[in-house]
Amino acid sequence: MRPLLRILTALVFAGLVLGGPASAVAANHDIIIAQMQFGAVPPLHVGDVITWRNDDIFRHSVTARDKSFDIDLPPKAQKSMTVKQAGKVDFYCRFHPMMTGTLDVQP
Amino acid sequence: MFKRLLTATAMAAALATAALAADKPTDPQIAHIAYTAGEIDIAAAKQALKMSKNAEVRQFAETMERDHTAVNQEALALLKKLKVKPEDNDTSKSLSSAAKTELEKLSKLHGAAFDKAYVDNEVAYHKQVNGALETLLIPSAQNGELKSLLETGLKLFKEHQTHAEHLSSMVK
Repeated sequence: MRPLLRILTALVFAGLVLGGPASAVAANHDIIIAQMQFGAVPPLHVGDVITWRNDDIFRHSVTARDKSFDIDLPPKAQKSMTVKQAGKVDFYCRFHPMMTGTLDVQP
Repeated sequence: MFKRLLTATAMAAALATAALAADKPTDPQIAHIAYTAGEIDIAAAKQALKMSKNAEVRQFAETMERDHTAVNQEALALLKKLKVKPEDNDTSKSLSSAAKTELEKLSKLHGAAFDKAYVDNEVAYHKQVNGALETLLIPSAQNGELKSLLETGLKLFKEHQTHAEHLSSMVK
């Protein structure tokens, strides 16, 4: 019994230390759009949730160049999305193409 | 081309009139000028939506109509709150008269010629309004909330100007 418990404990511990998709805790991030600019993008991991909040009086969008997401944000609205894939994704506002940003997602 | 230059010159002259005046515009005058400038761009956008079949030009015009309407609604709400009545003035009058000429000129064009003229005028017009906001209207504004709304407007209109410049390079 004891050796088995020890092995089990070791396995659980190894799992925690090595990590893995199952043990990663998804984080929530707010990215605020204000004064015609996207706020700073925090470091991201797959599974994280981004809440886009439009503080402007103008309609904006958060549109991925690779078309993986396209979020319409009326004035003062907010919408959430889950980050699904690792890698870099450039995004812009469809209505104001000079507004741009990049998501940099780690596995 | 010469006519377009004349219209642009007339608008620039209208905005410069206020700059040359000995007295800086008052808040009620600034509010009137800014509101008028917005209404002019909304009218131009509505004309473009009636005349143009180019998807990108139409999307740009829709954004102009929506954004300028949003700023003007915010301006009206602010003026109501501050109990300020916009005051008509020579700058607003010159702006409106130059805009009327431009609308008439554009109404005679069709297809790609219309698209090009509309977009080029949007570049010139936003450049002039932004210049006036930066050098005259914002520095002259006394009320902090009015000044702040004008600053937000300037950020928006600068984006519009760059957007129009980009569009202009694509619409031949």
